[in-house]
Amino acid sequence: MSLQFVVDGLLTGSMIGLGAIGVTLTYSILRFSNFAHGDFMAWGTYATLAVVGAIAAMFGKVAPIAPLSFGWPLIVALVVGAAFTALLALLLDKVLFSRLRKQEQAIIAVMGSFGASMALRSLLEFIFTSRPTYFSRAIQIAMPVGFGIRITPDQIALLILTAALVLGVHVLTTRTQTGRSMQAMSQNPALARIAGIDVASVVRVTWVIGAALACVAGVMIGVLVQIRPLMGFDMLLPMFAAAILGGIGSIPGAVLGGLIIGLAEAGAVQLIGAEWRAAVSFVTLMAVLVVRPIGLFGVRER
Amino acid sequence: MTETVLDVSDLEAGYEPGVPIVRGASITVNKGEIVVVLGPNGAGKSSLIKAIAGLVPISRGKVLLDGKDITGAPAHTMVRLGLAFVPQTENVFPRMSVEDNLKVACGILERRQAPARIEEMYAAFPDLLRQRRTPAGNLSGGQRQMLAVARALIVHPKVLVLDEPSAGLSPKFVSMVFEMLSAIRKSGVTILLVEQNAKAALAIGDRAYVLVEGKERHEGIASTLWDDPVIAELYLGQRPLRKDSARHTETGGAA
Repeated sequence: MSLQFVVDGLLTGSMIGLGAIGVTLTYSILRFSNFAHGDFMAWGTYATLAVVGAIAAMFGKVAPIAPLSFGWPLIVALVVGAAFTALLALLLDKVLFSRLRKQEQAIIAVMGSFGASMALRSLLEFIFTSRPTYFSRAIQIAMPVGFGIRITPDQIALLILTAALVLGVHVLTTRTQTGRSMQAMSQNPALARIAGIDVASVVRVTWVIGAALACVAGVMIGVLVQIRPLMGFDMLLPMFAAAILGGIGSIPGAVLGGLIIGLAEAGAVQLIGAEWRAAVSFVTLMAVLVVRPIGLFGVRER
Repeated sequence: MTETVLDVSDLEAGYEPGVPIVRGASITVNKGEIVVVLGPNGAGKSSLIKAIAGLVPISRGKVLLDGKDITGAPAHTMVRLGLAFVPQTENVFPRMSVEDNLKVACGILERRQAPARIEEMYAAFPDLLRQRRTPAGNLSGGQRQMLAVARALIVHPKVLVLDEPSAGLSPKFVSMVFEMLSAIRKSGVTILLVEQNAKAALAIGDRAYVLVEGKERHEGIASTLWDDPVIAELYLGQRPLRKDSARHTETGGAA
């Protein structure tokens, strides 16, 4: 039996997990389910693609960093794209979400985010058309690493990037004053204000982290699969599944949830058949929730 | 020489516009004092101090802290202005460790000061040192109150404001909390507190106000106030009337 599904699952899981961090943070700190999160992913990817194009126009063709399929332009573009996605999220919060979050019922903000999601998606299709596009059309040769597993240099690089980002976000949220303020906000917003925490700045940090990670996840999909306006929306369900599976509010949980869903999907494709992909991941989700309704790392609300 | 730290004048406040719960209350707290606000249920005691702390909208009146107008300042700026508030319930972050609860409150301190200040809190509250890694939600009621007070004190407030610090505690912890407040006052901290547990609060207080229907009706020296007949009338309901009418006042007020 080939263990290729492990690598495929880890990669899909990384994309889902990075996206799920944003979902879980928005839910626990801003207290609503942001259905536009997938579209942040797509917007970030297209922004990165646009910057790559701009760099190519300015500097001509840049040789990729061997053995990867991409060169420094993509790395620079990713940073710019992540910043752009963060600004997009902050702008959307200012004009839409901040008003809707003031409403008593959380469902209003959720529905608002659904509307924002559709608008963002349609706008992307309008600007870039719905035809798939790619960062690079070069074909990479996958290296055999034993146990029937093959992996490309790009995949290795992106797995390392995911691990570094997850570790970074974990340290930020557990070891720094900003992170403690975020935890405080998610556990007791009223007391957080009393303790001198500026709620508005915590909200901004939350959007910036979530949106930047969504952009990275989107670019990963762009590098490994393809870029489409619907790419983020298609990730929405797995991302929410991962956030719920891991326990809402938990960053390690979101990542682990993403990996579990990713591995379940890849395993299903290889062992059962591609048509069972979504079914297997959701059966996994349900099975975990039956045993542990609050998710793997979840905590009971008071 | 008395130096006024907190000067509240003619304060009107309430959660909804046009429905004031605090109706023109005026109180002062002098440096180094413990001032107790008493009153029957529904008198607006909690609303009064929450309004002072920026948690209930103020429609009229002024709050001066060390002569500076802090009326209606946003709640998160209050610690920086020198007013630290301890809510009655849910006053710790339950899933954060004791240490993180203290750390998160150090946001307004200089970065370098924070560790020393946390050590000072541990020295003052050794129980917290023993439990520094425990999630605050797992602490006993008394220890939780201790942590909430330490969290508020850590920023060197000019005045410490507490909403019913003994509420919901077992008798053992009630006396512990009042001893703790008395010790804190001795270290030079000015305290304003609202209490249901009038007798215990008056025992440690310097002065007291009796709040009735959102306005202070009586002010006095804490030690003599308990025996003041006016208190019996204002605080315990209209004693001369039948007993069940007193109960009626209480339930009516709570609703």
